[in-house]
Amino acid sequence: MASVSMSSRLSKAIRQQYMNLPQGGKCQVTYIWIDGTGEGLRNKTRTLEQEPTSVEDIPEWNFDGSSTYQAEGSNSDMYLIPVCMFRDPFTLDPNKLVLCEVLKYNRLPAETNHRASCVKLMEQVKEHGIWFGMEQEYTLLGIDGHPFSWPQNGYPGPQGPYYCGVGADNAYGRDIVECHYKACLYAGVKICGTNAEVMPSQWEFQVGPCEGINMGDHLWVARFLLHRVCEDFGIVATLDPKPMKGNWNGAGCHTNVSTKQMRDEGGLLYIEKAIEKLSKKHPEHIRVYDPRGGQDNMRRLTGLHETSSIEDFSAGVANRGASIRIPRQVGQDKKGYFEDRRPAANCDPYSVTRAIASTCLLDKEEEE
Amino acid sequence: MATSTSSKLNKAVKQQYMGLPQGDKVQAMYIWIDGSGEGLRCKTRTLDCEPKTVEDLPEWNFDGSSTYQSEGSNSDMYLIPAAMFRDPFREDPNKLVLCEVLKYNRKPDDNNLRHTCKQIMSMVENSHPWFGMEQEYTLLGTDGHPFGWPSNGFPGPQGPYYCGVGADKAYGRDIVEAHYRACLYAGVQICGTNAEVMPAQWEFQVGPCEGINMGDHLWIARFILHRVCEDFGVIASFDPKPIPGNWNGAGCHTNFSTKEMREDNGLKVIEEAIERLAKRHRYHIQAYDPRGGLDNARRLTGHHETSNIDEFSAGVANRGASIRIPRAVGQDKKGYFEDRRPSANCNPYIVTESLVRTCILKEEGDEPTEYNK
Repeated sequence: MASVSMSSRLSKAIRQQYMNLPQGGKCQVTYIWIDGTGEGLRNKTRTLEQEPTSVEDIPEWNFDGSSTYQAEGSNSDMYLIPVCMFRDPFTLDPNKLVLCEVLKYNRLPAETNHRASCVKLMEQVKEHGIWFGMEQEYTLLGIDGHPFSWPQNGYPGPQGPYYCGVGADNAYGRDIVECHYKACLYAGVKICGTNAEVMPSQWEFQVGPCEGINMGDHLWVARFLLHRVCEDFGIVATLDPKPMKGNWNGAGCHTNVSTKQMRDEGGLLYIEKAIEKLSKKHPEHIRVYDPRGGQDNMRRLTGLHETSSIEDFSAGVANRGASIRIPRQVGQDKKGYFEDRRPAANCDPYSVTRAIASTCLLDKEEEE
Repeated sequence: MATSTSSKLNKAVKQQYMGLPQGDKVQAMYIWIDGSGEGLRCKTRTLDCEPKTVEDLPEWNFDGSSTYQSEGSNSDMYLIPAAMFRDPFREDPNKLVLCEVLKYNRKPDDNNLRHTCKQIMSMVENSHPWFGMEQEYTLLGTDGHPFGWPSNGFPGPQGPYYCGVGADKAYGRDIVEAHYRACLYAGVQICGTNAEVMPAQWEFQVGPCEGINMGDHLWIARFILHRVCEDFGVIASFDPKPIPGNWNGAGCHTNFSTKEMREDNGLKVIEEAIERLAKRHRYHIQAYDPRGGLDNARRLTGHHETSNIDEFSAGVANRGASIRIPRAVGQDKKGYFEDRRPSANCNPYIVTESLVRTCILKEEGDEPTEYNK
């Protein structure tokens, strides 16, 4: 089949034989980090003598940053600091996946390590109990780069029947979605749902509700699991915000937000106050809502295809053409959460959650 | 190639993931009917523990502007869980949940025909209306041509295919077998299957179901069929006349009885009901496909074991009539009757509701009666 990788056609029966071998008391730990692009994920594995019971049991490590767009060859060692541990759905218990922060040779955060400043900010606003839920959209591609299952030299029928669709003519690649969901549940990632998206071969999963720093951690690991599952099937997941030009939807990462006050009775008032604050910082947020300072989102936020225009800030109840949408239920209950629809699918969730928490919760004096 | 690219993804790999334990978490797939009145949509959420009944399932919402159901500026629509089944794709403890759709103002969506059906059924509980619906469908390849038919042509004429066996007679039995088993697992009241007159056409029957259950079970059976076909990489079509010419159409014959009809001398009640139906042909035809009769106009020609759409007729063991009384019922003088008019893509909620309105509530005229709630 033209669109799947050669790797995926290796015998899985042979693989299974080996994967069934017992490993004694040894434990395989796969370290995962974000590379110099701010979007790519890297990983390598080491053996530990016994199963770590918490992330504190996992030792620091290092890697060659000159091979990941992160350092010069003459001074290339970079540090991997374990921050969040999950079960490994690929090699199974007792093995682990561990998300890491990257530090430079001088132990300062690497350029694309946005977690470091996010963690500080979340600590500062701890008492607000800020929760997030992020809706990760993505598109499946064959290894030829064309969306998976689209006709080779052409396009499927126009958008309309694909959103939440069922049937071989509407849903392309559901196997990946199903397997990714199970892998996340096994790993301990807080996946809370999935659906087929408006463009064929486009899907979405949601992670949350997560408090503070956990949002970024869980979303990055969910992304790693997605790439790894797709690799097993021999196809590719892209988080590009506008993979197909023309009358095809883009891919975003709508971010749902609430604080304790917003969730309590009368919370709508705090939601409106937060939206007021966000309206005054539109360009600052746009700058951190994709890894290219807004350049990527310019291709997506056109005002069409259920997006708001990148130029203007807008908000509305149940309005999918606005920057911020207040769900109808929230409008009725007068409490709950709001949805920021601006982040691109390839955003860094640490940067996004940090910006939202900072704008909504810090007083003017506290802001940097 | 007739099957989808998706279906050729490695299922051994898939099985490895699907075998992963999920702790206490439960996946609930919410299913609803979209703005076309025929299409089904679905999305999943994680629950923290297994729901024991449908009442344990929370309300949800979705973007109606992407399903032909609302405008983008006011797009939130509500999903209200109505019936819960086991999930034959993800297996226990995961669930499939059939939902009613409400608009932003919490009134029923235009294609939410369950709402009124439920009201009507609750009015006639004591009559214990039972239904059995015979869902016909055609298997198509991803190229839109019937599955198993030669690429640029047609198979031999109809004759050997009905209930047939053998690779030259039965096209796509795997789907039928898989669907049957999936329905049994899910708890759908599937009571039989057979190959139909046109090659690549099949039928399954759901029932006997009382009241609102008929619509619920048939819609879930349809969802399961689409999902099974998706896995195999083919498409199930409920179009009532998929191939013009000397090829059978696809219907959804609806068998109906009340407690009275099932008791001794029930035949008299059956005949009275048929008389009422005879006077209300136009109202029923309007309700028997999603296009007020336009779809059925291609199917109900008077040929290929159908009645003519313009005339009402009834008879014992007569497959060319609108209503057929099975010969055994004619002999036992009690039982049920079969309304052969509904098309394969009908909405079972309005079909069953209309039979109840005419036969039990004894309504007359072209319009349904409005009852005070």
